[in-house]
Amino acid sequence: MTDVIAPPVETHEPTELHLPPEVPGDGHEPDHGGHEAHGPTGILKWLTSTDHKVIGLSYMITSIVIFYLSGITALILRLQLTSPHSSLLSFGQYNALFTMHGSLMLYLFAGPFAFGGLANYIVPLQIGAPDMAFPRLNALSYWLYLTGSITMLMTIFVAGGAAQFGWVAYAPLSSATSSPGAGPDLWIMALALTGFSAIFTGVNLCGTIFYLRAPGMTMFRMPIFTWNMLVTGILILIAFPVLTAALIMLFADRHFGTHIYTAVGCHLVNGLPMRSCGSPLLWQNLFWFFGHPEVYILALPFFGIVTEVLPVFSKKPVFGYKGMVFATMAIAALSTGVWAHHMFTTGAVLLPFFSFLSLLIAVPTGIKFFNWIGTMWHGQLQFTTPMLFCLGFLFAFLMGGVTGIMLASPPIDFATHDTYFVVAHFHQVLFGTAVFAGFGGVYYWYPKMFGRMLRESLGKWHFWLMFIGFWITFMPQYVVGLLGMPRRVASYPSNLGWQSYNIVSTVGAFIIAASFAFLLVNFVVSWRKPIPAGDNPWDAQTLEWATTSPPPHHNFTHLPPIRSERPTWDYNHPDALTVPHGKGAHNGHANGSGNGSGNGRVKETV
Amino acid sequence: MRVSAVFLLFLGLFFGLIGLVYWFWAYEDGGAVMLLGATLLGFLPGGYYFFWYRRFHGHKYFFWGKIPVAGERSSDRVDAEMADGAGNIDAFPGTSIWPFVMGMGAFMTVLALVFGAWLLFIGVPLILTALTGVTAESRRGGNV
Amino acid sequence: MDSSLTGPPPDTPEIPARSRKSPRRLAAGAVALGALLLTGCQLPTFGAYKGATTQARSTFHLWQGFFIAGIVVGGITLLLILWAVFRYRRRSDEMPVQTQYHTLTEITYTVVPILIVLGLFVATVLVENKVTAVEPDPATSLHVYAFQWGWEFEYPNGVKVIGQTTDAPTMVIPTGQTVRIYLRSYDVLHGFYVPEFNFSRYASPGYWTSFDFNVLHDGVYRGQCTQLCGLYHSLMFFNVRSVSPSAYATWLRVTGAYQRAHPNSIGQLPADLHANQNGTVPSYSGNSGNSGNSGSGNTGNTGGALYGD
Repeated sequence: MTDVIAPPVETHEPTELHLPPEVPGDGHEPDHGGHEAHGPTGILKWLTSTDHKVIGLSYMITSIVIFYLSGITALILRLQLTSPHSSLLSFGQYNALFTMHGSLMLYLFAGPFAFGGLANYIVPLQIGAPDMAFPRLNALSYWLYLTGSITMLMTIFVAGGAAQFGWVAYAPLSSATSSPGAGPDLWIMALALTGFSAIFTGVNLCGTIFYLRAPGMTMFRMPIFTWNMLVTGILILIAFPVLTAALIMLFADRHFGTHIYTAVGCHLVNGLPMRSCGSPLLWQNLFWFFGHPEVYILALPFFGIVTEVLPVFSKKPVFGYKGMVFATMAIAALSTGVWAHHMFTTGAVLLPFFSFLSLLIAVPTGIKFFNWIGTMWHGQLQFTTPMLFCLGFLFAFLMGGVTGIMLASPPIDFATHDTYFVVAHFHQVLFGTAVFAGFGGVYYWYPKMFGRMLRESLGKWHFWLMFIGFWITFMPQYVVGLLGMPRRVASYPSNLGWQSYNIVSTVGAFIIAASFAFLLVNFVVSWRKPIPAGDNPWDAQTLEWATTSPPPHHNFTHLPPIRSERPTWDYNHPDALTVPHGKGAHNGHANGSGNGSGNGRVKETV
Repeated sequence: MRVSAVFLLFLGLFFGLIGLVYWFWAYEDGGAVMLLGATLLGFLPGGYYFFWYRRFHGHKYFFWGKIPVAGERSSDRVDAEMADGAGNIDAFPGTSIWPFVMGMGAFMTVLALVFGAWLLFIGVPLILTALTGVTAESRRGGNV
Repeated sequence: MDSSLTGPPPDTPEIPARSRKSPRRLAAGAVALGALLLTGCQLPTFGAYKGATTQARSTFHLWQGFFIAGIVVGGITLLLILWAVFRYRRRSDEMPVQTQYHTLTEITYTVVPILIVLGLFVATVLVENKVTAVEPDPATSLHVYAFQWGWEFEYPNGVKVIGQTTDAPTMVIPTGQTVRIYLRSYDVLHGFYVPEFNFSRYASPGYWTSFDFNVLHDGVYRGQCTQLCGLYHSLMFFNVRSVSPSAYATWLRVTGAYQRAHPNSIGQLPADLHANQNGTVPSYSGNSGNSGNSGSGNTGNTGGALYGD
């Protein structure tokens, strides 16, 4: 077998990509080059578009609006907790408010923003595809998400008000006797709609990534963000159908007289419930089999964002690309086996099995952390706004991950379960990923999406206020959780010294809220007084930066040759090429075989 | 294609192992069934990819010997040129009203479970119309 | 054109020695951790309760170990991040070395965390077995029922202590002896949580769950419901009062007699509860049969007037 080596890249003109003849869905002539596709405009364009960029933007805008709404609920919750027996909210209102806060954030913001918004927009660009694999299904996903969000928000206005059982809806609290009314039913329906939206997006992601990569974009040359989205897509397919099934059964319990989850009045024989009995444990098992992969569905895309941003602003490639890929797969695989660590205190789960796998997830997460550090190591770090946000993520997730390890140990979990210790832990990890890394992604890709830059000064104000506010908000919650303050409480005893911690935490929450004003101002200023961005303002490395900002219809008119995981970088920096699975190319060496694409070693690994 | 196959089959194998361990250690039905589902989720598409990988990398046999079948798709070849991807990539439907109609139909249908069966009279026709429209659009390749 | 890609280009710089110190640093940290653990009780509490039961003490020591491990590993990682952020700020436009991987480093920071995790797991299992262990013959046992929104404690001789929301019931138990709790709920999930026992367990309808306490010192320990159970979840308080075994026996006898004489003094359960569980109640140690619904009188909330001490 002779080595097949591609000719050097430096003198290679970018090959014209021949776009497919336009399927005349809009009844017009096929496009040539990057002309804007003519079609419906205005609201009709929004209603009928199947373009992944339009759909992705719709998802992102909708989810950010929901993020702001949910942030307001958080502020009200924190206000209630500033005094031990506040009369700001009644107990029922408080319970409804934290249910809405959790549901909006977890089901309607973090997930859809990541896999519906950013992934929809960015993944086809990163693999050189003209669109997602199933454009109309993509559009349907968005409409299901939007209607699901409307359904969830509708629950506030029905008789009986919104659901009050927390975002986890444990049975039997969520049964018809304990939670009557249309609010909980609408909550279930909202999740059914958004659940299907997510499943269809998962199918789309996997199909697109497996099938529509550009020539030369092998699996091990995809950007890590795309890899993470592939793994997220598979996790979606594992997790969301289980949630949908569990919700259907919950609805049946509520309205069709079944006893799937309810056990009251059951017959016990020799201490064991009869087969005809329901089991509250079943709801917990089903829910958390969805719930734990769900939090990794929420985390992995944002890990991917960090892995995109850090190399660009360190001027280096990702350190340990293959390690990153395998670590992501390991996280996904392990996350499916740890669900009952949310159920340690039931006394009815196999403790060592789940604690072992939960502790083990620290290993691939640690690998990712060290790879991120390795990416920055010996780099030339530029602290732009996206980079700052991703650094903020690193700090936040580091501590959140460590406290997660503590919670993975059942005895420690017995002492801290359902206290503010857990609340602080998951806010650190979720805030670190969805908010820090997520908004880092917004600042990073905004120029690509809109062709104009966001102001660095305002972005830095946003970051620092949010970073400071974040620690002020959540550090006291660890302390007060260890002191014994449970979660989901609308009031607490005044003689235990918990109030001062709660006040500090509330102050921090308002600082975070203030930081988001800067983001809004930044958006407005960038529209009123735009600074043009150009194709590649950050000197970034992946394929989406090889096209115009914003990308034209069907994304690419020219594509650089793809010989590594950094095609745009290789095209722009022929003297600092990415060697596929080789040691780093030395500065200044025109390492002609650096793009050695077809040698024996590469062939083995691909 | 080999990467995809290996990835998915590995997931299926991993979940299968974990499922077996869980089944025999924990005696808990719900989790075991869910892990079985995850196992199948890995094996089904993984097996599909593996089958096609073997087909693409196999040989076609004749009485006089064998010839290798055409190799990888251009997106899986490390030395592929952009020109290899020229021509029709796939069918990408342009603008279409049917996803919106379907979405509204699903919305109404789902609300019918909460607010009363009368909403089904709105929801189900919308879904049926959308299904018809999408199918016709795909076959005719144009706005219906 | 150079076609041999079997090795790095001739003058690729070595990976700097600094990053090779990481495994050594981690090993040193592990040794320090072990040494600290051996010194045991001189460590700070790191915010947790030392624990009023033997089980709680084990949990507390495990917490200290995890906390130290967290400080060490998290601290090392934090220092690495901070170092990178400060040391590798952009100083010029020189292109940095485009290092893509370093196998030895990557293997190291895969293997070392696995070893740390294994250590943590072994420690976890040892403590977890102690905490969840149930003795075959506890000195005393009682049934705890949770309901919306209060607690009911049922003793072997029929004494019942019932309280709702802020009228918190007090569970009297003997110090220094193994107390078995059988926990269940009448309606929805509740959480039986005593912060100073470093312990919580869900009270669920449909099955009994049980655990042991060995309280170390006399005292009153507050408890609260931790699992969201509806409107007044925030107000489901209770207390655990631990007294000497002789005082406990006296209290049990006296309260039993009082409740039989004054049936109306027992607190009432809410009217719409499913009080009839229709099943077998685990038998009390040393007593035959089940508790039944005999007895009357609520004396638990009145505090110490009836205690022998």
